[in-house]
Formats: sequence, C-alpha cells, structure tokens
Amino acid sequence: MKDTPEKPFKGRLEDRRFLTGKGRYVADITLARQCYMGQVLSTHAHARILSVDTSEAETMPGVIAVLTGADCAADGLGTVPPFFMPSLWGGPEGYATQRKILVDDRVRCVGERIAIVIAETADDARVAAETIMVDYAPLPVVTDARAATEADAPKLWDDNENGNISVSIPMGDKAATEAAFADAEVTIKRRLLSPRIAPFSLEPRVSVGNYDEADDRYTLYTSSQDPHGVRSNIARNVLKIAESRLRVVSPDVGGGFGLKAHMHPEDALVLWASKHVGRPVKWLGTRSECMLTDTQGRGQEIEVEIAATKAGKLTAIRAEAWTNLGAYFWGTATPPLFFAMQLIPNIYDVGAVDLTNHAVFTNLPPMSVYRGAGRPEATYLAERMMDELAAELGMDQAEIRKINAIAPDAMPYTTATGMTYDSGAFADMIDAAARVSDWSGYDARAEESRAKGRVRGRSLISYVEVAGVMNERMEIKFEPDGTVTIVAGTHSHGQGHATVFSEMVADWLSVPVENIRYVQGDTDKVLIGRGTFAARSSMLGGTALLRAKDALIERAKLMAAILLEADKDSLDFADGMFKVRDSNKAIALTEVAKMYYIPAGPANALGLGLTGEGTSAGKPGAAPNYPNGTMVCEVEVDPRTGALTVDRLAALDDVGRILNSTICEGQIHGGIAQGMGQALMEEMVFDEDGQLTSGSLMDYCLPRAEHMPDIASELSEVTCTTNPLGVKGIGESGAIGAPVAIVNAVLDAVRPLGVAHIDMPVTQAKLWSALRDAEAAQ
Amino acid sequence: MSEITLRINGKQRRVTVEGRTLLVDLIRDQMNLTGTHVGCDTSQCGACVVKLDGDTVKSCTVLTATLPEGTEITTIEGVSTGDLHPMQEAFSKCHGLQCGFCTPGLVVTAIDIVERSPDGLSASQVRKALKGNLCRCTGYQNIVASVLEGARAMGVQVTEEKETV
Repeated sequence: MKDTPEKPFKGRLEDRRFLTGKGRYVADITLARQCYMGQVLSTHAHARILSVDTSEAETMPGVIAVLTGADCAADGLGTVPPFFMPSLWGGPEGYATQRKILVDDRVRCVGERIAIVIAETADDARVAAETIMVDYAPLPVVTDARAATEADAPKLWDDNENGNISVSIPMGDKAATEAAFADAEVTIKRRLLSPRIAPFSLEPRVSVGNYDEADDRYTLYTSSQDPHGVRSNIARNVLKIAESRLRVVSPDVGGGFGLKAHMHPEDALVLWASKHVGRPVKWLGTRSECMLTDTQGRGQEIEVEIAATKAGKLTAIRAEAWTNLGAYFWGTATPPLFFAMQLIPNIYDVGAVDLTNHAVFTNLPPMSVYRGAGRPEATYLAERMMDELAAELGMDQAEIRKINAIAPDAMPYTTATGMTYDSGAFADMIDAAARVSDWSGYDARAEESRAKGRVRGRSLISYVEVAGVMNERMEIKFEPDGTVTIVAGTHSHGQGHATVFSEMVADWLSVPVENIRYVQGDTDKVLIGRGTFAARSSMLGGTALLRAKDALIERAKLMAAILLEADKDSLDFADGMFKVRDSNKAIALTEVAKMYYIPAGPANALGLGLTGEGTSAGKPGAAPNYPNGTMVCEVEVDPRTGALTVDRLAALDDVGRILNSTICEGQIHGGIAQGMGQALMEEMVFDEDGQLTSGSLMDYCLPRAEHMPDIASELSEVTCTTNPLGVKGIGESGAIGAPVAIVNAVLDAVRPLGVAHIDMPVTQAKLWSALRDAEAAQ
Repeated sequence: MSEITLRINGKQRRVTVEGRTLLVDLIRDQMNLTGTHVGCDTSQCGACVVKLDGDTVKSCTVLTATLPEGTEITTIEGVSTGDLHPMQEAFSKCHGLQCGFCTPGLVVTAIDIVERSPDGLSASQVRKALKGNLCRCTGYQNIVASVLEGARAMGVQVTEEKETV
C-alpha cells in the first residue's frame, strides 16, 4: 500500500536489531570448541597439479588438520553439478560440468580450492595455508568467450564434444527474420559488451559447519538466499546423505544479489572438515578471498543488427551472443542465458527475431546470477539500439519508443521470444516519466551546462522485468495462545519480508501485527522453500501466503461451526470474525483458534492445532509477472577531462498492486545504484593469464553516496492478472534499467562531439580517450 | 602479548592482546560485541566504524596494543540504552537500511556527522561526509534522508533541502 500522511511508513519490524548491533549474521555465531578453516587457492588459471606439499603446514602452531583433494576422494565425497541446466527450461542439452569441492588434478581458473587447513584460530589457519606448496604444470589459458570458441583455443573440458561451448540456445524465427531484413529500409549493426562484475554483498561469504556424532547429523550455518537449495545440493551431491541429516540455517544475511542464491564449495568443506576434526569449523571469507572465489555476474559479448522502417518502426532483430561461463557451468547460470535473449523485445513490437546465446567455458571463475540475471543485458541491447535508430533517423527518444511500444489493448501479448505479457501501459509510462523528470525543462538545463563549458545528455529508456520463477510454499499457524507465526519458504535479506508478510497477514486475519512472529531460513523449521532471488517473493511468497490464509480459514470454519452451532456453509469470515449469515451469532477467529489447542471437550474431534499451508507456482510451467518501467537520466560531461556527473535520474515503475511503497522504492534506489556501478565503475578485470587484477576495493570501484543523484521515483499500479494479489516483482528493476539509461545519456551528450560508441564501464579515462579519438578524427 | 585497560561502551575492560590484534577483532572476538562488522580488508567499507576518544575510526585500522591506557570506545551497542538514539529512529523511519550489515558503521558515522555540524547540514554535505561508508542495498538515498532526519531530531538545522549536484 502507498504511504499516506494518515498511514506513513513507520519503519520495519526487523529494523531494531540491525540498528542496535543485534543482527544475527553467520560471522557472529560462535559454537563451543569451534575451530577455523583457511584455504589454499589456485594461483594459476589453468594448470595440472603435480603435487601438493602440506608437510610444513601440519607442523605449524594451532594446526589441527590439513585436508586435500586426495582426502576428498578417500572419503568418497561427490562432485557438484549445475543447479539445473537449460534443458530444464526447454533449451537444448548442454555440457554440464562436475565440480570437485577440492581440486586435485587440474585447476581451470584462479581461486580454485586446492587444500584446507583447520586450526585453532582464523589467523593460524591462514598463516599455515600460506606454507602449503602446490607444484603446477601450467596449461594454455583462454579468458575471452568468443576467443574460446576458436578451433585452436585451449580446451577446458576434454570430453566436451562441442569444444568450449556448453550449450547454444536459439530463439525466434530465422526465416521470418531474414525476410524482414531483406525488406528493411534501415539496418544498424553494433557489437555490445556487458563485462563481468561482482555482486559484492557487503557481508563477505561465511560458513560454520558442525557435525554431531551423537545424531549422525550435520548443521550448516551459511549466508545464503536459499538454504533448502544448499541443503539439497550438499546432501545429495557431496556428502551423499539423506537431506534430513543436514540442517541448513541462514539467519541474517548481509545482502545477496544472486551471489548467495546457490551453494559454494566452502559450505560443503566446513561440514566435511567438522566431521574430520570432531569440532565445529568456521570459515570467514576475507574480502580478497571472496573477490577471487565469489561467482560473478554478466560477462556477455553480443553482435546485434536491427531492421526498421524509415518511420522508425522496428521490423526485426538478429543477434548472436557469447556468454562467459568461466570454468564451470555452476549454480544458477541457466536463467541469465535465457533472460538475456527472452527480454530483448522489451516493451516493443519488434517484428521477427533470430537470436542465439552461446554459453562458453573459459579460464575465469564461474559466472552465476547477479541482480537482473540476463535482463540488464537484454535491456542494454534493446535500448542502446533504439537510441541508435532514433539518432540515425533524427527522431525524439520518447517518440520512437511510443511508435514501437506494445499497446495496452494488445494484452495479453506474446513476444517474438515467447514471453506473454499479461498487462502493462507502456506508452503511458513514457509520458508519465517525461512529466516526472521535467523532460520539457531540458533545453534550459542543457544551456546552463554549455555556459559552464560542459555538455549535457539525456536518455529515456523502458524496461521489462520477468519476475516469479519456480514455486513456493508458506505456512501460517496459530499458537495455542492465539498469536500467529508465519513460516516462510522465501528468504528476506534486506527486502523487508518480516514486515510486509506480517502486515498482509495482520490485515487478512485482523490480528495485531505485534502478535505475529515471522520465521525463515532454517531447514528444520521451514518444511521447504526456494528462498529469495529474481524478484520472486512478492508474487510467489505472497500468493502462497494468501492460499495458506485461505486454508487456515477453511479449517477454522469447522471449529467455528461447532462453537456457533451453525452449518459450516452458513459462515462468513470478515474483520477477524466468523459470522452466521442472517443472524447476530459471531465468534472471533482467535477464540476459534485457541479451541484447537484445548486438550479435551467436544471440539477435540477436530484434532490438534490450527495451521494453513499454501503453495504457488511461476515460470516455467505457470505464468510469471512482468514489472516494467521507464527511466529518464541526465548527465553532464566535461569534454576536456571526461569527468561525468549523473545529474538527474527519474524512475517510474509499474509494480502492480503496491504492498509497501517505501520498501518498493528502497529496492528501486538500490537497484539503480548497482546499475550505475555497472554503467560507470565496476569491472572484474583479468589479464591474459587469467589473473584477477581488480581483487579488492583498492581496484574495484563501488558507488558511494556522493556518486549518486537524488532519484525521483514514482510507482504506478497496473494490476497484474497472473496472481490473485495483482502484484509484480520489484527486486531487480532498478538494476535492469539503470545501466542503459546512464550509458545512453552519456552517448547523447557526446555524440555531437563525434563519439558514436562506448562500452561499459564508462570510466573517466575511457570517456576522455573516446573524446580525444573523436577530436583527432575530425 | 600486552595488557591494556580500555573503556568500552562506558565499562572499564582489562584486555590482553597480541601485537597484531586489530581493534575490530578485539571488539568482536573478545568483547563479543558483534554489531561492529567486517566488510573488507582494505579499510574502505566502513562497516567497522566505532567512536574512539570522540573521533570516528575504522576499527580495522587500529592496532589495539598501540592505544593509550583508558581509551574510550563506543560501538553501535553503546549508542543507546533502552530507547533508540534519534539517529537510529531516523534510519528506521526513513528506511535507511535494508540488509543491515553496513548499518552500525553508518549510524555511528551519522551521529558524528551531525555532532560536527552544529551550524546546519545539507544533503550534499551528508553525501560527501559519507564517503568512508559503503552500502550495497539502499543506493544511499534513504540513508541521506535518515541522516538529515536524525539531524533535525538532534536539533541541527537542515539547509538546502532540495539537492543540487
């Protein structure tokens, strides 16, 4: 719901513990007799391991055990496959890697885990790990995805019949696209890059493993967005135990952004090591270690060509992309491969498409999801090309978009890539964004910039997000005293679920919000859940919660009927009361609930306890939702120095029915900041040997407060038709739209100076070079 | 190993530290005050900011053994007792936190910014003064709003309400 003067945002229920230093992050957990794990990471991007000498480490102070890949093999530990492959989403079969949690034969990227040291303190473990000598026989290295597809490129996986390509995902209609290009009045071709970047949750990854011999059971505390997924992966693939014998707990998690949507080798290593040493084992990732070993996002090169009429109407798009998987097909790498193609049509009727995405192995650390997961790449292409077309035809940025936008009366509309949009008022969003951003006042601001010797540029871009993947489960239960507990399958790590879900239940059941407890993130407390990523929780968690409420009310009705001496079908539930239709007999839900916990009496026949569970499903299989929006950005560039300021940024977002406007806008602000980092600052840089040269905050630039403009955000409510709440996701929108909004504005500023193209990140040095090159060419 | 007496959140504590023990490690591991966080290893993220004899410092930059006897340290746990500090209230009211990991360092920094600006504070001044603190969730907008709201509650005038770059 929207904040109003009568009902302002009052803070979140979870805020107090974070504000007082009482957050419960995994690094804060100290178990009795706990010891620490340090790691030996590969220093070569591609090499055979000839030997691992641990003899000195074993004698170091505080060292309890040293374990290598040979010990993994001796203990029969299994390897880790991808969470799922493209074939599960209707794509072709591909080459799936199996990853060892400690590598003993051949390293394929820097940062591979080779050995671990368990010691009394974290310092002891790290110091001893430094003494372990690994003898390598280096192999040739390939870091670029497109180069890795060449016939003579070093090959990563010997038994992959398709060279270094894991899978090539085709999409669209080749013949129709060719026909459209044959008739095209205008064609434009570009090569676009979305470099690798770091998700960079501010909390580094951390795990604590504890094997309990008495129960023959493991407990893992890990900073994860999806504890049940981590449990399945480790139990089935690595430890090969029943899932019930592993408990995974993810308490407070200090940011996820996709990095923590899947397991990491350390999660399995601390459990295995704990069984070895008979004590709890804690691993605290240092920032440098995490920069080297975290999964990264993006990493795509794409060749694109568009066809259009002289009036500015798109008729076809063809594109071929090379996505840099890194050394393994790891974690949830599948969704970005699809979304990077599926969302290319964006808000437009684009005619025909012919798209291919090659997922390519290289000697870089593995790629997986990062906020947006393929959607920013698709949007970057669609909106870069739309501006190229506008520039070519001399058309207004807003006008050309409205010519191509899908009309609301075309809904539901299936795009050329097979996405069925249920709702959206795209052209209206463009008009509204122009209003919010003072589009018409631009000329005066451009003149002010000119007077200062600077140039101003602007952009207006649109985006579509696809939200609501997989399925979900939620539970609502009454406690014996009439208070309520929500048991969530989703996992909030900043999104404010404890507040929003509790407010929803409070509203539905007319229970005071302070009487609601919210539980998540523990596989012993939550039967099953998928966690939180891909802007999925509002729709899938929300819908499952609604169904849990419905189930709970249905069961409560049975008791209410007994207590009111009425027929069940004559009861209505409203405002927290069951009322007998056409009578004045009524009873409160909380009183009904308490009766389910009375140990004796006539109501006993209904059994013990009042709970409701609900499930929901999304893409693929069931319909997702399509949040969308328009961003307007203005930048100012000093043409002498390349210095760049993002001066204004307005975002208008259709989020469907609003559950909490302040929290929605918070998500938008954060996504935009990450999008700005991608556009202007962030890049994981590897040299030709595959060595990471941006391995700390000394060389990897994150946005700070003074880099950010004051964002003008407005929410629009176009009700979603694919779920009973009418909601659309919000977690990724900012990160999807912002990169191209900013790059397009920069290009708009410098195009008159002769700069026709620039790649992300648009650093000052890069912009200065482009300006000098353009100057020299003129 | 050396022994030193510190005043941490108003309590006198006699501690034994190694030469290499960073203040943040003392606070977290020996004092069990886990509100002070570690987000990097190059002293850039600001999640470990504490107050040290009236100055804010990144506690990962301080070797505990080098501190003078009796040094006064305030961590996030010492910012308020019972009721929240007006700055903590402001962060909640303005949604200036999401995952909460950067929050302790930001709250300690924010109080310091306001205390050093008795003559008034503007949004752009706040943005500049936050240069030592990283947040990956909020995009800073609501943090800036929180600091200004906290400033008002602490009796400091907020100037230049509308931001200009």
